[in-house]
Amino acid sequence: MPSLFQFFQRGLQKTKTSLLRSLQGILGTQTGAWTAETYERLEAALIATDLGVEISARLVNEIRDRYERGLIATGEDVLAVARESILASLPTSSSPMHEAVAGPTVVMMVGVNGSGKTTSVAKLAHYFAASGKKVLLAAGDTFRAAGIEQLCIWGERVGCPVVAGKHGGDAAAVAFDAVRSGKQRGMDMVLIDTAGRQHTRRDLMAELEKVKRVISKEMPDAPHEIWLTVDASTGTNALNQAREFGKLFPITGLVLTKLDGTGRGGVVVAINEELGYPVRFVGLGEQVDDLQPFVATDFVKALFA
Amino acid sequence: MFNKLTDRFQQAFRSLTGRGHLTESNISDALNEIRKALLEADVNYQVTKQFVADVREECLGEAVMKSVTPGQQAVKVVHDKLVALLGESAVPLELSGSPAVIMLCGLHGSGKTTTSAKLALYLRDKQKRKVMLAACDVNRPAAIDQLEFLGKELGVPVFLDRDLKDVPKLALLAVDAARKQGCDTLILDTAGRLQIDQDLVQELADIKRRVQPKEILLVGDAALGQEAVSVAEHFDQALGITGIILTKLDGDARGGAALSMRQVTGKPVKFVTVGERPIDLEVFHPDRMAQRILNMGDVVSLVEKA
Ligand SMILES: Nc1nc2c(ncn2[C@@H]2O[C@H](COP(=O)(O)OP(=O)(O)OP(=O)(O)O)[C@@H](O)[C@H]2O)c(=O)[nH]1
Ligand SMILES: Nc1nc2c(ncn2[C@@H]2O[C@H](COP(=O)(O)OP(=O)(O)OP(=O)(O)O)[C@@H](O)[C@H]2O)c(=O)[nH]1
Ligand SMILES: [Mg+2]
Ligand SMILES: [Mg+2]
Repeated sequence: MPSLFQFFQRGLQKTKTSLLRSLQGILGTQTGAWTAETYERLEAALIATDLGVEISARLVNEIRDRYERGLIATGEDVLAVARESILASLPTSSSPMHEAVAGPTVVMMVGVNGSGKTTSVAKLAHYFAASGKKVLLAAGDTFRAAGIEQLCIWGERVGCPVVAGKHGGDAAAVAFDAVRSGKQRGMDMVLIDTAGRQHTRRDLMAELEKVKRVISKEMPDAPHEIWLTVDASTGTNALNQAREFGKLFPITGLVLTKLDGTGRGGVVVAINEELGYPVRFVGLGEQVDDLQPFVATDFVKALFA
Repeated sequence: MFNKLTDRFQQAFRSLTGRGHLTESNISDALNEIRKALLEADVNYQVTKQFVADVREECLGEAVMKSVTPGQQAVKVVHDKLVALLGESAVPLELSGSPAVIMLCGLHGSGKTTTSAKLALYLRDKQKRKVMLAACDVNRPAAIDQLEFLGKELGVPVFLDRDLKDVPKLALLAVDAARKQGCDTLILDTAGRLQIDQDLVQELADIKRRVQPKEILLVGDAALGQEAVSVAEHFDQALGITGIILTKLDGDARGGAALSMRQVTGKPVKFVTVGERPIDLEVFHPDRMAQRILNMGDVVSLVEKA
């Protein structure tokens, strides 16, 4: 299987936004000393990865500082500084997943509309099932038209049972049933899909809170993990999404989806810096095996590829 | 973050409006803040740069510098230029042909299927059209069920064929079906795809060649980041889009992507969507969007009163 880095690069090769190329453009042709324009172009290249204005400006300052002190001189050096600095702000090894002491480990997937929750739940089921775990899925999106059917089709494809209710039914009840059934059937994991919602919608956020509360009624230490999906093509709003979802629940990780596109997901760096949510997995396509555990060094290498 | 942004803006505007005359350096300070605000709203870097340069030029002109209230004039320049870039006013759909075909396209999860249903309702109720929906997404699990469900809910006929995987052919059959059933408008829901996925983008080009849609609308999420330009450019180059629909404006994304997409394609934003219900579709208003991007609603109205 190709590495995360290779996967990631495939998308980037098709665009002209490659940071490496723009850096080569900036610094490769540079003969004299670096000027204000050099730094501006550098900032532009960094912002293009959706790192955000603040982090990009900070990186440029760091680079300028080192250049002025005579520590760096080439485009390769610049990349190294950027990589090093981002890597230092990402956790080196993300904390291990919380697992149930007894009974199934319950993971809840949350996020804004269309960010990739349902597909990620399916991919994760496939991933964990491949390592010999017995996985149960819960169709906790009872709102979206055919949201249940979508998960049921995935369940069949990955060979995992699905607990589902009726369209328009109570999502919390489905989650409750799934956890109970997971315990009874001796499952190792229960993965709960939820309906997409904007973090600005108080009522819908309260409903999600209820799902979580009801799960803990059936199993006091559950949900063990709550993961937020972040679409790699999202800009700075993802930071707000993470903040608001995080106010409601202890988010324990991110799933960075659609990294096979041209969006580089730089915003997860800002999310990680401010909120400390580690990226757990990355999504790299629409098929079940298009999922990989997050590797910080690969990600950073790819971010600046 | 947004409060900080509002503060930044008001700071910038105060430094402009509190003065009897302006210097180049006052303007530069303010423009620097505006530049940051645009970038934080996810307006593309290049687009931002060009925008700030244009505003600078106009602010340094006589009309602003020599006016009685130069600061307020400068604020107005920023606002007006942004509105102009976003498109002066809403552009209606081109609905000639029998049936008039509208094709929706865009990245995964941007809101195409939901928007197809919203448009169907809008055209039926507001423009008295007879609308049919066509399920042309054969990739995503349960995509056909999703559209079928939405059609049933709204009482709009849905053309579908669960066995046919040839999408351009599906579209052609849908045109036939629409004609036979006396529908004057056909909306094609297509599968999500990456703008760089040549095979899948070619599929859309094939639909275009065979059914000649009058409208090809790019459906883009308001929260799109810096890639918005690449997305819009690629879809436009491959398909010649006729407009843009910006979705999920009920969230708090500032929607700078709208400006980027509009700017690189020159194609109008025609609608925005503001929720998950079929009625949550609105005609696009450039001035509202400008104020949202800049977070400067009240500032502008104050200036206009002055
Ligand atoms: N290219 C690509 N597409 C993806 C990836 N993950 C999900 N998708 C696609 O994105 C679209 C939305 O995915 P879903 O899993 O339905 O998203 P969701 O968050 O469950 O959506 P809602 O339930 O409506 O909020 C689908 O077309 C998926 O096939 C990915 O990693 N890469
Ligand atoms: N809050 C909100 N949600 C929206 C809006 N438009 C669409 N959605 C939601 O976004 C998610 C994705 O919408 P779809 O219409 O399925 O998106 P799509 O582009 O057809 O997705 P694919 O076919 O997988 O590429 C669903 O949960 C919709 O309900 C909107 O304006 N506001
Ligand atoms: Mg879903
Ligand atoms: Mg769809």
